[in-house]
Amino acid sequence: MAREMATVEVTFTPLPAHVRTARLVATAVARRSGVPESLLDEVRLAVGEACSRAVEAHRLHCPGQPVRIALTGQDGRFEIEVVNAGAAPGTAENKLVPTGFSLAVIAGLADDVQISETSAGTSVKMSWPASPATGAVGSGGSPPGGQSGGSPPRANTAGSPA
Amino acid sequence: MALEESVDLKLDHYNKDGIEIVDVEGEIDVYTAPRLRELLIDLVNNGHHQIVVNMEKVEFLDSTGLGVLVGGLKRVRAHDGSLDLVCTQERILKIFRITGLTKVFGIHDTVDEAIANRKSEK
Repeated sequence: MAREMATVEVTFTPLPAHVRTARLVATAVARRSGVPESLLDEVRLAVGEACSRAVEAHRLHCPGQPVRIALTGQDGRFEIEVVNAGAAPGTAENKLVPTGFSLAVIAGLADDVQISETSAGTSVKMSWPASPATGAVGSGGSPPGGQSGGSPPRANTAGSPA
Repeated sequence: MALEESVDLKLDHYNKDGIEIVDVEGEIDVYTAPRLRELLIDLVNNGHHQIVVNMEKVEFLDSTGLGVLVGGLKRVRAHDGSLDLVCTQERILKIFRITGLTKVFGIHDTVDEAIANRKSEK
């Protein structure tokens, strides 16, 4: 069965420097998908945690494989899936923070979190409510660059801290 | 005084009333946190065991950054020292609350308040 197409998919080389880029992309897509401004900080932090975890796992087990993030906004939800190959890592290079700490942070931030272990690795899915009326993108037809003058108005986007 | 700059994280530190103040500006994440860790290790190795980390200009903090702060706290405590934080930003304080670390760190509104509190506990 074919996997449902994500609104945006990002793959990146498993290097810490790219985690910031992933955060920025995820936050931008969340905003365009209608996630309220008040939740965007949580989206940014949660996706950063999941990507940091994935980068560490890839660097340990499969440094040649990219980390994949799927961002999907539909049916009133905005979902992020981060897949890391290999075994679940601890947190960062500093073992003063216990293993699973980043997952605890994710669980405290996301509205809904599902973690599943598959033969391909660990999938972290998290989602937040999104208002379809304000979301500008779907699985198809999104304008390139996100600067379409014809996109529907989005609520509460003025004064974004991001 | 030392000054380090990069696109994502800016670190500065100075001594005030015998307490080393570390000003952090920018994003503390898996990429930049090692630089903060190195600075804290250097300070402790150079005999600075009373440290205040000013996070008022921190725009982003993740669990890697928390790990570095916990590591710094552990190091100064090994010398009967202290590591306090200055932070009033709700978005940063939230991650300390989620992880229960508000009970571990002294978190203050201003650098002066952190210094005064530390001196009163001596």
